[in-house]
Amino acid sequence: MRGLVPTIPWATGVSVGLPDSQEQGVRRPAPLALVAALLLAACSGGGPGNGTEEVMVFAAASLTDAFEELAVRFEQDQPRWRVTLNVAGSQVLAQQLAAGADADVVATADERTMQRIVDAGLVADGPRAFATNRLAIAVEQGNPHAIEGLADLARDGLVVVLATEQVPAGRYTATALDRAGVTVRPASLELDVRQVRAKVALGEADAGVVYASDVAVAAGDVEAVPVAGEHDVVATYPIAVLDGAGPGRRAFVAFVLSDAGRRVLADAGFGAP
Amino acid sequence: MSRVPALALGTLVVAAVAFLVLPVVGLVVNAPWDRLWSLVRSRSVLDALRLSLVTSVVATAVALLLGAPLAWVLARREFPGKRLLRALAVLPMVLPPVVGGVALLLTLGRRGLVGGPLFDATGVSIPFTTAAVVAAQAFVAMPFLVVTLESGLKLVDVRLEDVAATLGAGRWQAFRRVTLPIVAPSLGAGLALSWARALGEFGATITFAGNLPGRTRTLPLAVFLDLEREPEAAYLMSLLLLAVSLAVLVALRGRLWSRS
Repeated sequence: MRGLVPTIPWATGVSVGLPDSQEQGVRRPAPLALVAALLLAACSGGGPGNGTEEVMVFAAASLTDAFEELAVRFEQDQPRWRVTLNVAGSQVLAQQLAAGADADVVATADERTMQRIVDAGLVADGPRAFATNRLAIAVEQGNPHAIEGLADLARDGLVVVLATEQVPAGRYTATALDRAGVTVRPASLELDVRQVRAKVALGEADAGVVYASDVAVAAGDVEAVPVAGEHDVVATYPIAVLDGAGPGRRAFVAFVLSDAGRRVLADAGFGAP
Repeated sequence: MSRVPALALGTLVVAAVAFLVLPVVGLVVNAPWDRLWSLVRSRSVLDALRLSLVTSVVATAVALLLGAPLAWVLARREFPGKRLLRALAVLPMVLPPVVGGVALLLTLGRRGLVGGPLFDATGVSIPFTTAAVVAAQAFVAMPFLVVTLESGLKLVDVRLEDVAATLGAGRWQAFRRVTLPIVAPSLGAGLALSWARALGEFGATITFAGNLPGRTRTLPLAVFLDLEREPEAAYLMSLLLLAVSLAVLVALRGRLWSRS
């Protein structure tokens, strides 16, 4: 009766929201010109315009707010540059660079990940430490579970979220928990420290271990509980200029290391290097 | 056809095949064939594999349970708002997976539309559990089942069922002996596609269910994480997923065309 009929619906012309057209496919005009125009627009839209030159900066997740602010200040200060920011977990940045991603500057959350980038032969200048960070426990506004330190995170029934050990934040957390002699059963190991904060902010987790800078930026949903000094870890953030970057790129690093840059980092909750 | 230069057409076809095939070749070539056996038995791979298999099968079952009646209604009944219903049923298929994860979080999370009252009343929280993985996978996989099954059901001539009734068959008998055999290829295709989609789900899973070995770290998540620490394990798991995908496609090929 029907002969050979494909069971995959789109082949029979069963379409969503359009008039039933099982007899034959509906002819939809798709002007080739339109498609080509869109493609061209997409290709040309990426580069900087207005005579500015692009500086591509790879930054660790915890540096999101600080580097966004640094980028704005830098562009105001030196208008010939335009900063493009790529933010991700440090290990993702290292992966991308190793796979050949084109970047001018990279800033990671620990020296170990930076060392991988150096070992891959990608660094032209640096690395240099530009900031430090400490850990903090992020809890819901009002601290409803009365968490006072790392030891409380081992409490039964508490939903705790940590960063996975593939990320610097996860390793720092593991060290701190080790020092405190606390064993935590996390509900999830997030891919970067900002995801940890997000889960607490969304109310899905009762607590998470993040950087002090992640909770310094005041945002309604999350409160910070400090980590006791003797358990705490000092995170050192290195920055480096990558191979193939021009002298202008070094201007960004110089800006980050300058007094103005230090002030922005301090405002964002980071410590001096 | 005569207006399209054969050379241009041929070049495009070669380019298309290369685009699709070369990444697969790259994966196969770079796979750690010599360490295959020892890697497969490593803890992280086995945990992820077991979890993925269990959750994807359960998710497919859920998709069948919820999707089959929906497909039936869409195929057999007319009612106001039917097109909207069909669009909604297909929505998870076109929605970016991570958006699906966010949506699930906002609905089934501890402060969610449904999850909030549930948590307040019973203390039961869905995110970060294996159930959440199943929910995420079922969410993205169900449209495949609904759409494929609906088109399969439409192939069934209702008059055949009527004839069966006149010959004395009960409704269940008519369904089993007349409808099901005609619909079987579409059902099989729908199940295979749903299962493959559920197995490969990443964005919604990581957002809604989180990441914990043995509980919520499925194969795709494990691949993403191990890429940094243990790339060979990541390549192996990628190979596993590739093999599964190929197997599904091969199984589907026999079912891609139905003869009635």
